Amino acid sequence: MEKYLLKLTVNGQEYEVYINPKTLLVEVIRDYLGFTGTKRGCETVSCGACTVTVNGKSVKSCSILAMQVDGMEIVTSEGLEKNGKLSPIQKAFLDHGAFQCGFCTSGMLMSATAFLDELNGRIPKKHEIKEAIEGNLCRCTGYNSIVRAIEAVAQGEYKEERQ
Amino acid sequence: MSTNKYKVINTRVHNIDGIAKVTGRATYTFDVKLPGMLYGKILRSPHPHAKILKIDTSKALELPGVKAVVTGKDTLGIKQGIWRRYEELCDEQILPLEKVRYIGEPVAAVAAVTEEIAEKALDLIDVEYEVLPAVFEPLDAIKKDAPVIHEGVERNINVTRHIEWGDVDDAFAEAEKDGYIREDWFKCGGQHHACMETRAAVSSYTPDGKLTVWTSTQSPYYHQALLAGVLGLREGDVRVIAPYVGGGFGGKFELDAAQFCSAVLSMKLCKPVKIVFTREEDMIASKRRTPMYYYVRTAVKKDGTFLARESRMFSNGGAYTGMGATALYLSGFFHSFPYKWRGYRYDGYRVYTNTMPSTSMRGFGAPQAVFCSEQQIEWICKDLGLDPFEVRRKNAHTEGYEVPGQAFIQSCGMKECIDKIEQWVKSKGKLPANRAIGVSSCGFMSGGIFNWFDTPYSFSSAVVTINYDGTVELHVGCQDIGQGSNTTMAIICAETLGVRVEDVKVHSGDTDHCPADLGAWGSRQTLMAGNAVKMAAEDAKRQLLEFAYAEMGMNIVYDLDIKDRWVHIVARPERGMPYFDLVKKALRGKDGQRIIGRGYYTPHRKGMISPAYSYMMQAVDAEVDPETGKITIHEIMTAHDCGQPINPLGLVGQLEGAASMALGYGYLEDMPFEDGKLMNPNLVDYKIIRATEMPETGMIEIDTYEPEGPYGAKEAGEGLTNPTAAALGNALFHALGIQMKELPITPERVLKALREKDEAKKQKKNT
Repeated sequence: MEKYLLKLTVNGQEYEVYINPKTLLVEVIRDYLGFTGTKRGCETVSCGACTVTVNGKSVKSCSILAMQVDGMEIVTSEGLEKNGKLSPIQKAFLDHGAFQCGFCTSGMLMSATAFLDELNGRIPKKHEIKEAIEGNLCRCTGYNSIVRAIEAVAQGEYKEERQ
Repeated sequence: MSTNKYKVINTRVHNIDGIAKVTGRATYTFDVKLPGMLYGKILRSPHPHAKILKIDTSKALELPGVKAVVTGKDTLGIKQGIWRRYEELCDEQILPLEKVRYIGEPVAAVAAVTEEIAEKALDLIDVEYEVLPAVFEPLDAIKKDAPVIHEGVERNINVTRHIEWGDVDDAFAEAEKDGYIREDWFKCGGQHHACMETRAAVSSYTPDGKLTVWTSTQSPYYHQALLAGVLGLREGDVRVIAPYVGGGFGGKFELDAAQFCSAVLSMKLCKPVKIVFTREEDMIASKRRTPMYYYVRTAVKKDGTFLARESRMFSNGGAYTGMGATALYLSGFFHSFPYKWRGYRYDGYRVYTNTMPSTSMRGFGAPQAVFCSEQQIEWICKDLGLDPFEVRRKNAHTEGYEVPGQAFIQSCGMKECIDKIEQWVKSKGKLPANRAIGVSSCGFMSGGIFNWFDTPYSFSSAVVTINYDGTVELHVGCQDIGQGSNTTMAIICAETLGVRVEDVKVHSGDTDHCPADLGAWGSRQTLMAGNAVKMAAEDAKRQLLEFAYAEMGMNIVYDLDIKDRWVHIVARPERGMPYFDLVKKALRGKDGQRIIGRGYYTPHRKGMISPAYSYMMQAVDAEVDPETGKITIHEIMTAHDCGQPINPLGLVGQLEGAASMALGYGYLEDMPFEDGKLMNPNLVDYKIIRATEMPETGMIEIDTYEPEGPYGAKEAGEGLTNPTAAALGNALFHALGIQMKELPITPERVLKALREKDEAKKQKKNT
């Protein structure tokens, strides 16, 4: 099968990869580029472990072909931290114990990040937070600690420190 | 809550694996990639019961990129099982030689350069089967003319368990004269662990005869021993490494096909081979919570004093024994919990069927037992016009109680739990129509004392090593599967040694470098591994303090201690020296040797089950739509006695996580089979609770001190799975007057119960 040249930005770095056009975005992220923070937990787009952001929107990276994001900007959990400083949502996850086994955490963080960015400073209702992570399954935490963590960030309890 | 007398214990400590997990750095078996690694795939049986007549692998081997295909003939053919002490319970060949016993059972495995090629090769393997009659339900399989699943096993009865104490018949006779007897049948479904990381293993066998296996496991030691056994290797030549583990919940300590097949393929090729189950494979062929049929007959006095209980249980064991034999015993024991019975009799039958094997899952047989027991108690109270809180309080375990021949209860906060939940329920006042609060009490063990695995090692071990700079290496064999045991052990070590959590580096999940430990199951690690860690840290501390005594030169009647990196005289805490200075001196005094402390724990003379028991009562506030049967859960409140909490952040996580899993068992997670085939083997149709369905949760801590546990701690995570389904059932009983005798409580079952209630009412009117 003919290979295609895909150009994309992942975590601020531009990449060019030759791929089979059937390749899923999650495969490019994990297998071609080695960002294994992004996980896969199903074959049915049900679990959300592979969630990344594409141009700021949360997307399950197993649900789209890599060719569909040609030229776009992808962020994975590895891209949240800048210069060794954690992002507010990462700090909040630590403080609130919003993870256990950690397998869903990367995807959960990316859904949360996209949601918080879209809020633009507006303080969300609890049900909105829950809806924002409804596509992400977690078998360990029961979600409430994750909701508390997102709520804390939305309420401005954590500041960016990126220097 | 009383003020915390500890420096580290019961303070909000970040999970020590947290940075790795929130930055995507944490690598799981799923992520392991070795140079030259091949990918394996497993061919599985499409039949629930069939003889394997012939397997032709030649076409698959011809496919370019395929490196090896193995079947049962490439193995030693050893029948294995985790109940190693009992040969007849070691009944599973992971690549069977003669026949398959469930849909999804492995029959062959392929290694190829890519996963895609391996998958294509599966289609080229030609298996000739002779299909045999199959049986899927225990009450059918136990019949005389049922198909024989294992040769020589009469009526397909795999294991039986009898538990009895007191005078059961006498007590029933008394109730017949002047008391009350109630009997009910219940059916509890299976539940899938549905770990976010499916079963996965990477095996690497090298020409020096050594095998290394990276795998998603709850017990590296078990897998080391089990793999050595089936592969004909010495235990010491097998190294099992557990990287970060994506969940376990009781499903990851038996030998699985990812581990076994990758190891067999790797030994054939001397190349690393990786096998990861797809979600569908994981759901059809990685075992499940044991489905159970319960017959419960209970005798009480008219005032609600419990007299006796007699129960029979038939469990759907599926095709093999696995951990199911333990669930059979524990279910029977916790079916009596947490009450005092004059007489108690339980007969459990684990029956083989042609379905995927059933096994342990968080709660280990207790959620089923509690679902039946706690609902029946509620119904008895209604039948007799008694207050269910008062009845539970009157019959509850108390400190110092002995469950005859079974267990010694030391700490017990059961009555306080009932008091607190009663207050909470009453504070809620009257709820709207179709909505009510149901309660359930229960308890759970803090690790099993049984040794069916026949380990020659201590149940838990730990080694504490202090470096010149005062940092501490803690080596443990207990396994962190997300529940936070690494953090709990670091806390216990830091508290004991008098340092901070950030001074302690925990090494776990590697059989080459960590002491043997039975691993994460049966809520054992906080108590058992915790005791081993405490002992190891005390040993190291004693060695340090020997130097401190010499260094500080004070009267020998004074005691020394270390707290928060300060070595000091207990009676005069201001007199002392920094811990870091002492360590440097001590190491010089030991000819440069690092300080090493050792600890271990094996329970002795602690009854039949466990050294200690948690207690709890839970209330579930639920609403049900009588038109559609749809259930909404509003809130869950739990009063919980887990002894001394060690890691409060982790404890809340356990409570909330258990609630979500137990609610799933209560009303969402169903495993319907048709002719042995699971009908919903994916995460679309198998419903795990999502964020929008999760209710608010709260916890009331009940202070107790468990003498058997480290710093008074006991079980804190698994037992919380036990009460929820029963409390939900009781909520529906109070909301609509329906009795839920089948799990999960689906809308269809709610509507069926409503129809039955209406019919019963009509019949009553007519007579």
